[in-house]
Amino acid sequence: MDQREFANRRIQHMEMCDITKQFPGVLANNQVCIDVRAGEVLALLGENGAGKSTLMKILYGLYRPDAGEIRINDQTVPLHSPNDAIAQGIGMVHQHFMLVPTLTVVENIVLGLPSSKGIFLDLDVAAKRITELSQKYGLQVDPWAYVWQLSVGEQQRVEILKVLYRGADLLILDEPTAVLTPQEVDELIPTLEEMTRMGHSIIFITHKLREVMAISNKVTVLRNGQVIDTLATADTNQEALARMMVGRELLKEYDKAQVTLGETVLEVKSLCAKDDKGLPALKKVTFEVRAGEILGVAGVSGNGQRELADVIAGLQQATSGQVIIAGKDVTNKLPAYVIDAGMGYIPEDRLHTGTIPSFSISENVILKDNARPPIARGPFLDFEEIARYSKRLVQEFAVKTPTLETQVGNLSGGNIQKLILAREISREPAFLLAAQPTRGLDVGAMEYVHQRLLEQRAAGKGILLVSEELDEIFKLADRIAVIYEGQIMDILSIDQADREHLGLLMAGVTQAAD
Amino acid sequence: MKQSIWGKILILIGAVVGALLVGALLLLIAGANPLVAYRAMLIGPLSSRYGITEALVKATPLLLVGLGIVIAFRSGILNIGGEGQMVIGALAGSACALALPDLPGILLLPMTLLSSFLAGAVWGGIPGWLKARLSVNEILSTIMLNSIALQLVTFMLRGPLIDPQEIAYGTGFPQTAQLPEQSWLPRLIPRTRLHWGFVVALLLAGLVYVFLWRTSLGYRMRAVGAQKEAARYGGIQVENSLVLAMALSGGFAGLAGMVEVLGIHHRLLDGISAGYGFSGIVAALFGQLHPLGTIPAAILFGALTLGADMMQRAVEVPAAIVLTIQGLVVLFVVGSDVLMRRPDFLKRLLGKRMMPIPEETSQEEVPS
Ligand SMILES: Nc1ncnc2c1ncn2[C@@H]1O[C@H](COP(=O)(O)OP(=O)(O)OP(=O)(O)O)[C@@H](O)[C@H]1O
Ligand SMILES: [Mg+2]
Repeated sequence: MDQREFANRRIQHMEMCDITKQFPGVLANNQVCIDVRAGEVLALLGENGAGKSTLMKILYGLYRPDAGEIRINDQTVPLHSPNDAIAQGIGMVHQHFMLVPTLTVVENIVLGLPSSKGIFLDLDVAAKRITELSQKYGLQVDPWAYVWQLSVGEQQRVEILKVLYRGADLLILDEPTAVLTPQEVDELIPTLEEMTRMGHSIIFITHKLREVMAISNKVTVLRNGQVIDTLATADTNQEALARMMVGRELLKEYDKAQVTLGETVLEVKSLCAKDDKGLPALKKVTFEVRAGEILGVAGVSGNGQRELADVIAGLQQATSGQVIIAGKDVTNKLPAYVIDAGMGYIPEDRLHTGTIPSFSISENVILKDNARPPIARGPFLDFEEIARYSKRLVQEFAVKTPTLETQVGNLSGGNIQKLILAREISREPAFLLAAQPTRGLDVGAMEYVHQRLLEQRAAGKGILLVSEELDEIFKLADRIAVIYEGQIMDILSIDQADREHLGLLMAGVTQAAD
Repeated sequence: MKQSIWGKILILIGAVVGALLVGALLLLIAGANPLVAYRAMLIGPLSSRYGITEALVKATPLLLVGLGIVIAFRSGILNIGGEGQMVIGALAGSACALALPDLPGILLLPMTLLSSFLAGAVWGGIPGWLKARLSVNEILSTIMLNSIALQLVTFMLRGPLIDPQEIAYGTGFPQTAQLPEQSWLPRLIPRTRLHWGFVVALLLAGLVYVFLWRTSLGYRMRAVGAQKEAARYGGIQVENSLVLAMALSGGFAGLAGMVEVLGIHHRLLDGISAGYGFSGIVAALFGQLHPLGTIPAAILFGALTLGADMMQRAVEVPAAIVLTIQGLVVLFVVGSDVLMRRPDFLKRLLGKRMMPIPEETSQEEVPS
């Protein structure tokens, strides 16, 4: 059965040869060659902005390459649109989900497909096929559930099912794990293995080297739009890949400066808040952050972290309790007031909250200071000053961009994050809230962000670090608060904390003191 | 990202030609010669001093309304209430001028214009406030307010504000008395109807540009329009921005109404808005929601409106056909916008390569 399915796959061998793609001011792909065979997983690895997404969008027919060709089973195929790509058996799961929340899973999956009943939908037939597919590949999901009811991991499964339903033999997964919890990643891996057993080929983009080692058969490393090397996963290791990606050694350990703690910059007292559905999201949360320390908030995402950050920043109302920043009571005050009290905020959603994608870099740099001198002179904006300031930030934080006028939406994910970091840190806030600050960043950029946060700590700023990555918290934090279902389970100092204990706390298990 | 200007112009011309071809069918059915009709329509406005100045006369209210639309749309709120705001502005301005007949023009003219702006701003600000505070859909509320405004003006023109002479003669035509002459907008070119209102509109277009792109306040309004969540995160008060945007937008429409009164009719009468409240939206969209782009767009639509009148006289077809052709042009031209933003669409449509492939443009597209 498997054997026959394997042999029947339309895509036995896919090659992209000498692909070149120029954007204004950026050579995103420079004579890139990759190939993947049926049953193989190819991992694409590279720094932020290396050109991975661009290459995949070319394969999916979204962009036209300036040069180069795509061959399937040794035949050159023209791919002018996603429809062409789908017809050839290529499917893509984008990093940002493209599901309609108010429709059911089955409605989302058949969206845009012809129906066997003409103008009427044949949802029952479709649901049956979806159930078959999900059983075959281990992608458990209820076809009749509404998408808004699903967790992020389930939505990911729907996206993959959507692609399989359209008969894809080659699946492109652009950073599928960036938004998943570690448990969800563990569930995804067997699914991918099942797919390769059935003869699907998979191109998998990720920044997590651990996943590369676990999932892929071979790795292609890109840097600055060029292929650095392609090698069999078995012949390499994480350190070698990291070195290849960033072109230098990475730090094994960070130096944490000795800092004497200063005054309290953030005080949260018995804070309660509700989520969008009106259910309690924060339950009597109490903690404080002092100048010169990093307090890490550990927890599986969806346990109130987002609400906590938004309530502190004034973007969401608290139902009771108090937030005090640098001595000022900012509970339920307007965001502008909270900013003025001395808060910097690196939000989790960098594309929709942290920046305005259709605005230029300079315009995004002045988001919080547009009415303050020297950016503003009277009612007018001072463009010379803005250019000078943006240029300084871009240089200081090594944001890779062709010009200051480039739309932020066209930057790669890592560079958007660097820009937000640049803006927030340069405003010299007394208190900095960093929510998932390295999600989707390459290992080099991640190290860079970490160094910057440690610098801020050394400079006597207080930092609240919300992160799902325990590694990150262990590297940076001085104390760790564990959040579970809107409650702080415990606050541990870093030398008391061990992973096992934290894992239990994150799952809501409180042990008797041992 | 940037497509060549010639490519854009080519698409535009193509769109107009397409609309005219469909229109030609209608003309043929109506028994008129399309060539004669189109000559009148396209050449008419350009071939005489009368034609050119009349086109600019029609462009003036289009531009003023369009500027308000640019402000609203850029700030993320739709203003479909231009008609109502225009007549309310004209009503307030006319009342002001009639109430102060002895004031010298240097004071009276600015005062009338200002009161029309303020009245329009209030009329536009109401739906803005409803949207910001109570999440009332602004499309519904602006359209409702259009009806209220039109009825209010009709009532005023038949009652409190009616020209005393109309009553004396017993004709009862619904219009106000002539406004004091010193409040009129002077003619720009003698023996034409072109008045200084056009120049005022041009200056205001420059001012709106400076406001939206060079001031902090304008920046904040555009930020709200581009991405509400990010604006809020940045400390911008989204609600206030929406109200302000609608007030300014309504103010410009109100001004448009009064400029029509002071420049052309010299009194307030029924139907002063003449659909400009809606066609101003088209002009603004066509001008790429840019104040300076709205200038040529308003002039183009002014000329098209005039041309349609001229065509009707030349071939004597029913007015409905003329309106249809106008509508076709708008539809095609606005539809061509898709092609400007996504030229590969045209390429696929025609099945071959017609123009250089542009870089990916749609704003939703985000690199991961
Ligand atoms: N539509 C676009 N217009 C202009 N430049 C673009 C566009 N899309 C991508 N770029 C540029 O091309 C380069 C490659 O971007 P790409 O998104 O492919 O990077 P990536 O490897 O996927 O990075 P990341 O890991 O951050 O997602 C970047 O410098 C980016 O700024
Ligand atoms: Mg990417």
